[in-house]
Amino acid sequence: MKTIELKMPQLGESVTEGVLTSWLVKAGDEIAQYDPVAEVENDKVVTEIPASEGGTVKELLVQENETVPVDAPIMTLTVAGEATEAAAKPAPQAPEKVTEETPATVTQSNEPEKPKPEPAAGQPRFSPAVLSLAQAHDIDLNHLTGTGKHQRITRKDVQRAIEQKAAAPTTEASKPAPTKPAKPAAPKPAAKSADDSQAVPASNIRKTIARNMLQSVHEIPQAWTMIEVDVTNLAALRNQNKAAFKADAGFSLSYFPFFVKAVAQSLKRHQRLNSSWQDNQIIHHDDINLGIAVATDDALYVPVIKHADRLSIAGIAHEINRLATSVREGKLTAADMSGGTFTVNNTGSFGSVASMGIINYPQAAILQVETIRREVAVTKDNQIGIRQKVNLCLTLDHRLLDGLAAGHFLNDLKQILENYQVDTEIY
Amino acid sequence: MTEHTYLEALNLAMHEEFARDPGVVVFGEDVGGDKGGVFGATKGLAAAFGDQRVFNSPLGESGIAGLAIGLGLMGHHAIAEFQFADYILPAVNQIMSEAARMRYRTAGDWTAPIVFRTPYGGGVHGGFYHSQTTDKVFAGQPGLRIVTPSTVYDAKGLLKAAIRSEDPVLFYEHKRLYRSLKADIPDEDYVVPLDKAQVLQQGDDITVMAYGTMLQHALNAAKALQAEDISTEVVDLRTLYPLDQETILAAAKKTGKVLLISEDTKEASIINNVAAIIAEQALFDLDAPVQQLAGPLAPGMSYALEDEFLVSAEQVQAAMRELAQF
Repeated sequence: MKTIELKMPQLGESVTEGVLTSWLVKAGDEIAQYDPVAEVENDKVVTEIPASEGGTVKELLVQENETVPVDAPIMTLTVAGEATEAAAKPAPQAPEKVTEETPATVTQSNEPEKPKPEPAAGQPRFSPAVLSLAQAHDIDLNHLTGTGKHQRITRKDVQRAIEQKAAAPTTEASKPAPTKPAKPAAPKPAAKSADDSQAVPASNIRKTIARNMLQSVHEIPQAWTMIEVDVTNLAALRNQNKAAFKADAGFSLSYFPFFVKAVAQSLKRHQRLNSSWQDNQIIHHDDINLGIAVATDDALYVPVIKHADRLSIAGIAHEINRLATSVREGKLTAADMSGGTFTVNNTGSFGSVASMGIINYPQAAILQVETIRREVAVTKDNQIGIRQKVNLCLTLDHRLLDGLAAGHFLNDLKQILENYQVDTEIY
Repeated sequence: MTEHTYLEALNLAMHEEFARDPGVVVFGEDVGGDKGGVFGATKGLAAAFGDQRVFNSPLGESGIAGLAIGLGLMGHHAIAEFQFADYILPAVNQIMSEAARMRYRTAGDWTAPIVFRTPYGGGVHGGFYHSQTTDKVFAGQPGLRIVTPSTVYDAKGLLKAAIRSEDPVLFYEHKRLYRSLKADIPDEDYVVPLDKAQVLQQGDDITVMAYGTMLQHALNAAKALQAEDISTEVVDLRTLYPLDQETILAAAKKTGKVLLISEDTKEASIINNVAAIIAEQALFDLDAPVQQLAGPLAPGMSYALEDEFLVSAEQVQAAMRELAQF
């Protein structure tokens, strides 16, 4: 028999920690490989953690509702097999320092131990002094330039930033909030204050939404534009297919898949919209993965339709239905939430006629599809007729997009939507 | 104020304390008569205060320490000189088991008011047996205090304070500093506290802590590095056991970048203990790993390899520059 540790898995890109919301096993339980052992909430998703091996639960190492960093041990498990040296040591030992192994030659050992070189690329490492000062004074280390070895941010660099902040308090107030999420406080009963208002602790998901929204608004210069599209034909096409689709698929065919399909098609022609701004580079995404906003009573989720450009209208309708159902049932997976390159928001579903979306960071733009309304209009042949119209509102990252590029994208989108015919194939 | 060498300051301290307190005696190998010790630290004392209070001992360090303990019990303040810090090892049992424990074992009824004086350190081509730093053998023995002066002012003031102490003090004198260090010091009576490190120079880029000749290297390097806009806080540890945590921590936190220097081998050294204090209590003020510059893991020190063994002024300066740039 040997004891192994189960660790907090990596639950998505850029995810560094999660809240273990509930244990599904207790010490002494016999479990099989892949049995779920705990539920973890993180970055909008609740996920079950499976056991990597079967065995007997030895010890639960974290409490429910505790925030656990990725790779931290959460429980120990007694499994069959010989205790290997590696299993006996819970953490890998740091390699012995070479200087202490080498027989001391006089000149070598007189050297002081060199400060460990900073990794040239990747995650910067901060000294305890730098981190604690930055936290105490709310300094975002991402915005500092290091003057130490290998551009390391030194304590003096932070002290300078603190002095500058003190000198210019107003500009600093608009700096982004720290990107690292605050540790979620344990849920507390709502506290009643003197003026009869109530303080309710925000949920983890609400805090994530708040953080993402802030980051988007603080970092992205957002511009806004709106066009009007005639969707009379689109409406006719949907009416044509509505009954048969419902009979076949078991759920209603809404307008939204038609818009999502058209957005995917237009994005295919305008890759600049399917990009993100990262460290002064424009990253073009080859895949067209469309996030769709799905709201619940207390939160907003943006699950992703992967490769939307490869799906038919009906295929998109099925995928939207699957994702929306998953949101409602709380079964969304990390995979469903990741990889989005552009977001489409169905604001029309609650009657909005114009709205300004906040870009789903770090994407380049977000499109709001507003309510379809009937209005009296001058038709193409200069007659007066009843047409069905919709407003499409686009919020764009003005760093990588100008009005012209956005305009071209919207014009193509308008063409595609207006060119739907009553006999357009939806499958 | 009169200019004196480090050695003269020690001699002066003993003259003044002999005159002040008739219970003070000094003895050891060659300390008496006209010779006054191999380095001349006790020169003139026998002539001034007589052979009863200033006398030679047999070549037996255990006996020297034991006699000092006995004299203490009889009400004297004994200064026991070990000719070299390398020779102190036969007396370890007397010092640790008897002198250091006296007050504790007798529940405070008896004390061991002794100064164990001894010259330590390299840099005088003394070879093995005349160059080692043995202070770390005694560090960590409750009841014992280890101090070392690294300035002329402290040589006088610290020795006078040690002689007046009612408990045993191991008094390390750096033999390289005996004649190389000169300074004006007050002619009047003064003492230096036995439990305080001292900030010799203020700075805000790096903090260097050392004692003995390494401290001189640090002071010289700090002066040279001013030209490179590197500002150094220099701390004379002075009290090697127990360490002055308050001063050490304040100086470490001030810059967050600490270099500790010892001419002894690094392992289990005094500066190891300093590093541990900083690690335990100043983590969140540290901006760089605590650096320790010390002698190599080899017996110190061969006559031929003395220059190779000893941490050099250049190494100290390079280590300070590197830490400032970190």
